[in-house]
Formats: sequence, structure tokens, C-alpha cells
Amino acid sequence: MKSVATLTATIADVRPAQEPQRAGYWREVGRRLLRDRLTMVCLSILLLMALAMICAPLLSPYDPLQGSMIRRLKPVGTPGHWLGTDELGRDMFARLIYGGRLSWFVGITPVAIAFVIGSGLGITAGFFGGWVNMMIMRITDVFYAFPSVLLAVAISGALGPGIDNAIIAMTMVFIPMMIRVSESVTAGTRNLDYVEAARSTGAGALTVVRVHILPNVLGPIFVYATTLVSVSMILASGLSFIGLGVKPPQPEWGLMLNTLRTAIYTQPLLATLPGVSIFITSICFNLASDGLRTAMDVRA
Amino acid sequence: MFLYTIRRVLYAIPIALAVSLVCFMLVHIAPGDPIDAILPPDASAETVAMVRKDYGLDKPLPVQFGLWLAHVVQGDFGLSLANRRPVLNEMKVAAGRTFLLASSAALLGFVIGSVLGGLAGAFRGSFIDRMAVGFAVAGISVPHYWLGMVFVIIFSVVLGWLPAIGAGPGDWAWNWLHIRHLILPAVTLSVIPAGLVTRTVRGVVVEILSQDFITTLRGKGLRHLMLALHVIKNAAPTSIAVMGLQLGYLMGGSILVETVFAWPGTGMLLNQAIFQRDIPVLQGTTLVLAMIFVTLNLTVDLIQTALDPRIRRA
Repeated sequence: MKSVATLTATIADVRPAQEPQRAGYWREVGRRLLRDRLTMVCLSILLLMALAMICAPLLSPYDPLQGSMIRRLKPVGTPGHWLGTDELGRDMFARLIYGGRLSWFVGITPVAIAFVIGSGLGITAGFFGGWVNMMIMRITDVFYAFPSVLLAVAISGALGPGIDNAIIAMTMVFIPMMIRVSESVTAGTRNLDYVEAARSTGAGALTVVRVHILPNVLGPIFVYATTLVSVSMILASGLSFIGLGVKPPQPEWGLMLNTLRTAIYTQPLLATLPGVSIFITSICFNLASDGLRTAMDVRA
Repeated sequence: MFLYTIRRVLYAIPIALAVSLVCFMLVHIAPGDPIDAILPPDASAETVAMVRKDYGLDKPLPVQFGLWLAHVVQGDFGLSLANRRPVLNEMKVAAGRTFLLASSAALLGFVIGSVLGGLAGAFRGSFIDRMAVGFAVAGISVPHYWLGMVFVIIFSVVLGWLPAIGAGPGDWAWNWLHIRHLILPAVTLSVIPAGLVTRTVRGVVVEILSQDFITTLRGKGLRHLMLALHVIKNAAPTSIAVMGLQLGYLMGGSILVETVFAWPGTGMLLNQAIFQRDIPVLQGTTLVLAMIFVTLNLTVDLIQTALDPRIRRA
């Protein structure tokens, strides 16, 4: 039993760092991050992408939904359409930056929701132990018995296409992962001396959690949540790629990749562009979360 | 070991039941009347009445679950909405194809990952190590459905070496005609386990090499080859476990790659089911894949415990 738990969540086995001294600790984390060149590069790329999405109307004069039959599938480097046009003659650059909005939204939202719900349940399970723990963790085990992609596909497949359904499905996939990590981190702090001391001086459960547990576990849990973003982005676009999630004609990277599949014989370079965007985003999130983990001194 | 096995198998039973409950609920979370989800819109009134009675759709949910489970354990997953054929028949061939794809990918990923991870761990900080770490990160972060498209463009469209879609004509056979269809999807799918195994093996090897008994062996004057054997022996349980679990993940997660390559496995089946809103196929396939995953987890756990008795005591 134990070995499956440790294996299905190799990254899940995070332990809280020594009790950080508040201000000094975060300054140290910031300093370490600034010195970590790879992480800074990744964060800058992500920031640039986010800016491009926010300022999309300023960067591109084209409407991402407005096509033209006479300029379909123009190659990369066409004057006026420097990244070409898609199979319906819509400007590729415009669709990529507008598409990023949806891809990021559908990728990040499930992790954010799962972070809140999952850590809430996980901390509850870890702190109270006993039958509360038993209930929460056994239900978690059931969702762990599904391969994650399959679970997401099955739930959103049953609910039907749509952004909200994709987000629900993916949240269901990530909540158990967040619960497991939060539970193990919290259980690790529960019996530490200062928690015992607080309890013995008569502090209530809520106070102990708020003052002594939360500040110590939220960091590691947050770091784990950031590692999920990369997976989530790939999965989100993947769902749209197979016809779940975002519906046409909305621009979204996974969906664009799918509709451009017909163009691989005529415009191969063009057809791969949305995938390049997904890849860059996901690898940057991955490396940035690795950097954050190192900087926050969370043992993996 | 015997007692442990019994306990572990017994623990898998409630999990399997709960997993089928989740699959059962798929029909009920689908919008609308469940009867619309499992019967085609043009079903006759008699059929509707019969199925309603057969599955107890007018009874409370727990009773429905019981009736449904009774059908399922007899291999009756209902009929496909799209072609009225039994879901079981549809799945049999598809599951075999997916197993072929997933096991090839897992094996390939395991070999690549073990070699890269082993070298990286042995020569920590070297050029090989940096390459391996980079490969691992890329392998985990790459959207593999996109990588599949890139492979198709390079090897099918530009070079024309390998076919872009399908699994070859007729039934599967171990000849070049069929194997060449397997290469691209298997390589594409192997990128994820290759990355994960590289990372795991590297970590394990680094850890083993830092242990006291290695220093002792070195002090005894053991040669590199013999030392490597000791490391492999100690790294094997973890690596095999990771690969076993990956096989399960790949079987359940091959839907994206199967879509790209039109590989006629369970992923394609799921894909078509989603398009045609064929809930019985979606439900049956999910259940079968999840059960395979549960069984694999169990097997991996038992094998790992047999290889490394320390786990049992933990």
C-alpha cells in the first residue's frame, strides 16, 4: 500500500522546510530566485507571453475570428501576416496571442481551484487524523485508481464539450493530488514540538492551524501546485485537441493544433506553431516551479 | 509475503468497486435522462421500457448500480449507440492494440530512461548529466500530441519513410508492414516515460552511489563493472515500479497519441465515442482501462515487494 502511495506521487513527497523566519525567509527566497538564471529566463518568457495576451488588441490589428477565403494557409513570413494564416484565412499571430488567453485560463484555473479545495481537505485530514483522515484519504485513493488523462477525458466526455466542463473535469483530477500532498505535509508538522506546545497551552484547533500549521505547510503545497500547472496546460490543450473543452471558432492552442492537422502536407511549419506555444509555456512553468522549489528550500 | 499478498489483494477489491461506481456515475452526470445517454434517440418504446426495467432506471441509484454491476461482471457493457454492436466486442480488439502501443512505448521509455538516467547519475555534473536532465524536463513538458505531428511531418511527409496513420491492413501481425505503423506512435508515446524514468533512475543512482556500502566496495578494490552490477541491483525495484505504473498511465492516456496517428485502439474508440456522444462506449472503455490500471498497480506493488522486502515492513 505504502509503496504505491510513494510512487504515484514521487513529486508529492514534499516536506516542509524548517520553520521560516517570516521576512528574512522571503527575502532570501527572492534573492535566490534572482540569482537563478534559468528560472529568471523562464519567468521572463512567461511574463512576456502574459503581457502579449493582455495587450493582444494592441499587438495585432487582426480579429482572431475574422477569416478570409482568399488568403487561406499563407506561409510563415507572408507580408502583413508574419506568422501566416490558418485554414480559414485568419491571422496566425492574432490567433496565437488571443488563443493563449483561453489556453492559460483553462490550464491554470483547475490547478487554482484544486489548490484551494485540495489543500483545505488535505490539511483537515492531516491535522485531525482518525476517521476524518480515513474518510478523505480513502475517497482520494479511488480517484488515484484512474490514470489522470483517462479520468479527465471520461468526465469531460460525459459532461460534453465546453470550457466549464473541461475545467470541472480537470479540477476533479487535481484535487486528489493536492489532497495527498497537503495531507502528508500537514501530518508531518502535526506532532512538532511547537505545535504540541501551543496545544498544551490551550490553543484551539482553529488557532493552531491558522498560526502554526498554515504558515508552514502552505509554501510546500503551493510549490507542488505550481508543478501541476505544466501538466495542466498540456492536458487542457489536449482536451480541446480531441474536441472537448474549447469549442470552435474560439482560438485555443490545442484546438488550433487539431484544425491545422489537415495542413501538415501543405504548410507543415505553420501547423506546428500552436504546439510550439504549448511546449514553451509548459517547459517554462516546469523549470520555474523547479527553481521556486529550490529557492524555497522545499525538499523533493 | 503470502499474508501481505492477501492483504494487498483484499484492499484492491473495495477500490475496484469504487472505481466501477465512478464509471457508473458517468452516465448520470451526462446531461439529460440516463435513458437518452444509453439508447439512441430513435429507440422504440418497447426497447426503452425494456432497458428501463432491465437496468432498474426507475429505482433508487444504489439498486441501479447493483443491476448495472451484475451486467458488467458478465461482460455485458451494453450496446454502442453508434453501431448497435456490443461494447465488449468493440473493446476487445481496441484494447489489444492499445496494449501493444503502450507496452512498446513503456519498454522503449524504460530502456532510454534507464541508460540515460544511469549514465547521468554515475557521471553527475558532466555533459551527459546535463543532457539527460534537459531531456527529462523536455520529455515531461512536451505536449506529445504535438510531438506526434512533428514526427509525422518529418518522417512521413518530408522523408516518406513511415506511414502517418493507422495500424496496417487487417489484423495485427509481427511483420514489417505492420511494425512500421507502430514505430512513430510508440516513439511519440515513449517520450513521457523516458523523461520520468531518466529522472527517477538518476536520482536513485545518485543516492545509491552516496551510500556507505559503495564506499566499502570501492575500498575493497571492486572494478567499475562489478560496482555497476551492485547499483543496478539496488536501483531495479524502483525503476521497474515506475515503468509498471507508466504502462498503466500510457494505456489510459494514449487517447491523444491515438488521435494523432488514427491508431485503432481504445483511445480512438473513446475519441469516436466522445464525438458521437456514445456514452455506453465511453463508460465501458473507461471502466476496462481503469480496471487494468488497478490490476497493474497491484501487480507492480507485489513485484516490488518481492524484490525488496523492506517495503513490506514499512
